[in-house]
Amino acid sequence: MRLTRLQKILWAAAGCAALAYGLLVLQSNRAPEALPQAAFRPTFTLPDPEGRMRMPSEFAGKHLLVFFGFTNCPDVCPTTLAEVAQVMDDLGDDAGKVQPLFISIDPERDRRLGLAEFTAAFHPSIIGLAGDEAQTRAAADSFHIYYAREDDAVAPDGYTMSHSPALYLIGPTGDWLRQFTYGTPATDILTDLQSRL
Amino acid sequence: MKPLILSTVIALFATPLLACETFTLGDLTIEHAWSKATIGAARPGVFYVEITNSGDTDDALVSIATPAAGMPMLHESVVTDGVASMPHAMSIPVAAGQSVALAPGGYHGMLMGLTMALKEGDSFPMTLSFQNAGEIVVNVEVLSLRAEGPDCDDAN
Repeated sequence: MRLTRLQKILWAAAGCAALAYGLLVLQSNRAPEALPQAAFRPTFTLPDPEGRMRMPSEFAGKHLLVFFGFTNCPDVCPTTLAEVAQVMDDLGDDAGKVQPLFISIDPERDRRLGLAEFTAAFHPSIIGLAGDEAQTRAAADSFHIYYAREDDAVAPDGYTMSHSPALYLIGPTGDWLRQFTYGTPATDILTDLQSRL
Repeated sequence: MKPLILSTVIALFATPLLACETFTLGDLTIEHAWSKATIGAARPGVFYVEITNSGDTDDALVSIATPAAGMPMLHESVVTDGVASMPHAMSIPVAAGQSVALAPGGYHGMLMGLTMALKEGDSFPMTLSFQNAGEIVVNVEVLSLRAEGPDCDDAN
């Protein structure tokens, strides 16, 4: 049987339609799986250095990079904040879509030592938050992170802090997206963020 | 005039290389001694260095001392089960034929009671005391708060 040119075109069109329909069916079958499970939305209500209460809702539409630490920490905290600063510089025009937050787990001492000058020394975009003990514990519990005061006679003021040192990424709708474990290079964090912005 | 120009030139070239200076004490080679700028003097500073033991005998860094800080101590940042803590290191082993690095996220000197804020470009002396090799004074270069280490040709 010989097909006319018109018949060939029609068969080809029919084939395309069938393929498109198949893809549509596949996608609609898949859609329910893609629906998010109950989203994990960690929260906080903490004052910034000027005393204004900050909470996740005001950052809606932005990605949040959240680090819990203390300013008297000589090694782990500055290393991570230096990486955050590098990421913010390297984001260029996209930097406005990311808000880095430093949540103090040693709030009383950090307020006394100066939280704003500490975060500014790394990057002007970083907002430092330091609440009272209850606010701090509530934020840490919400993020499921650990911190504890450890008495240490020879440490400054007789104590130091142990804490979860990872960096947490919160999405523009407040959903927890992932963590970057301590020591993740700035370039890896940057690549991950750029794929989301 | 000429000596002034010459000394300026020397200073320009010498300053960035300070942390790349290498010191030798017996079988020990000490290099990449650096610190980070601090925000004021109320918070502790940090001290990093690399030590290589080319001898046949184990040694250990047992203490550090500097006029820049009233209470310098050896510490180790440890992340266990997702929690970072900073226990004191009584001594840092430098095994025969091995190298040890005091570097961000691991062993480091914690400089408590700073006598003044550490500024980028400054340097200060640090006395390292070893169990066997004895003592040596090295120059420590203060790098930026965001530095990850000195930029030496031989740096890893």
